[in-house]
Amino acid sequence: MDFLSYLISGISLGSIYAIIALGYTMVYGIARMLNFAHGDVIMVGAYMSFMATTRFGWHPLLSVLFAMVVCTVLGIVIEQLAYKPLRAAPSLAVLITAIGVSYFLQNAALLLWSANPKSFSSVVPFDSLRLFNGRLIISGTTIVSIFVCVIIILALNTIVNKTKIGKAMRAVSEDKDAAQLMGVSVNRTISITFAIGSALAAVAGVLLCSAYPILMPTTGAMPGIKAFTAAVFGGIGSIPGAFLGGILLGIIEIFGKAYISTQLSDAIVFAVLIIILIVKPTGLLGKKVLVKV
Amino acid sequence: MLNVSGLQVFYGNIHAIKDVSFYVEEGEIVTLIGANGAGKSTILNTVSGLIRPTAGTIEFLDHSILNLTPHKIVRKRLAHCPEGRRLFLQMSVEENLEMGAYARDDIDMDAEMADVFSRFPILEERRTQLAGSLSGGEQQMLAMGRAMMSKPILLMLDEPSMGLAPILVEQIFDLIVELNETGTTILLVEQNAQMALSIADRGYVLETGSIVTMGNCIDLLNDERVKKAYLGG
Repeated sequence: MDFLSYLISGISLGSIYAIIALGYTMVYGIARMLNFAHGDVIMVGAYMSFMATTRFGWHPLLSVLFAMVVCTVLGIVIEQLAYKPLRAAPSLAVLITAIGVSYFLQNAALLLWSANPKSFSSVVPFDSLRLFNGRLIISGTTIVSIFVCVIIILALNTIVNKTKIGKAMRAVSEDKDAAQLMGVSVNRTISITFAIGSALAAVAGVLLCSAYPILMPTTGAMPGIKAFTAAVFGGIGSIPGAFLGGILLGIIEIFGKAYISTQLSDAIVFAVLIIILIVKPTGLLGKKVLVKV
Repeated sequence: MLNVSGLQVFYGNIHAIKDVSFYVEEGEIVTLIGANGAGKSTILNTVSGLIRPTAGTIEFLDHSILNLTPHKIVRKRLAHCPEGRRLFLQMSVEENLEMGAYARDDIDMDAEMADVFSRFPILEERRTQLAGSLSGGEQQMLAMGRAMMSKPILLMLDEPSMGLAPILVEQIFDLIVELNETGTTILLVEQNAQMALSIADRGYVLETGSIVTMGNCIDLLNDERVKKAYLGG
């Protein structure tokens, strides 16, 4: 029964990683950049939800929407101010800028909300589910995290494969110049990608703090790095890869904590990443590009 | 229809296009011929906005398109079928055709696609396959079909015969003539000078970034220098 309980916790934590990893992977796929500030957008989303419920007394669900709106705007603003001017710059310059934005957000949060951890109360109103005469307890947050992740994956899959903007995103991700020649605005497509990724980050932030209720300015940093790991693990640029990578990472982390060592669990996570990358450098579902002349 | 004048393009320190001027009238097929690296593709890329020139003017339908981004230029119904086809290899045949009509909100997608399929029945058979799984000839058909989907009034084609078997080259050139007869003006870049000059009205010969000679195709086909350099005789 413990095994089942750990597995479900792993999938739940993995779902949150997957939602964050989607933001990394989509932005990478389209703008070919690693947005290391993505993890800190999670933190901003969590603070927004926290403020909305505690200061303004809003309904938790409304607070999530509020966090999504703020993060969407934040994502677009970051892209316009920090990354867009560097479109033609070497990728190293963009990477360093992204790290700069990450520290900027953390320090702005420190200034606004201080370093004192806030105790975040879960936005999920459901009680825990008790199964097998109470031997298996699954919290409402756990169930909602998995459920939300599945919905997001299905929705994104539809957007990317069926809608005009989704097709434009795939076209830009494959060949920027050719996409422009078809009439696609690359700048607009990148902005929309940042908007979607940041809105997802807000959702992830709220779910993360509902599961692990300590909120401080560095809250987003570690999950951000882990979700980035998940995205690479699954094959960066691949949406199903981000999903698979996130879930597996969550399971590995929880099993590592439960069966090996709580202190070593992060080390185990990254060790697995290194092994996967040695065996399969493109990640689990990394794209093999087929070129014919 | 298209008027390019005094065009200068630099790649870093390399002077790729040196004071090039040419024009295309409505209803014409005009060809730019020249050896590999003469600057033919650079000229097309500059007209479609992918490359910014350092000097010169580009007018399309009497309006400057010099400062427009590529996605705005294609909305003026000036389509560019780039060198190497540049299909979206991880998208299906059908999706590639849909991307071709991306800039047009006013067309009947199904009717346009049916038109492309009637010309290239093989594409209909393969409509759900990924473009990357097509043969070279099929990919060229798809590239042409994708360019047709935007219903351009001026279509710029960059090396449509590249890497194709002679029978397919014939088919592609027949289609170019047919498109032209149904009202599409064509600017054709080719290394296959013989074929290009045989279907075009006028031609420009490019050498290392400059236009060295120009004229009616019949005259160019009989020009001793052109014969020697590009027609194998």
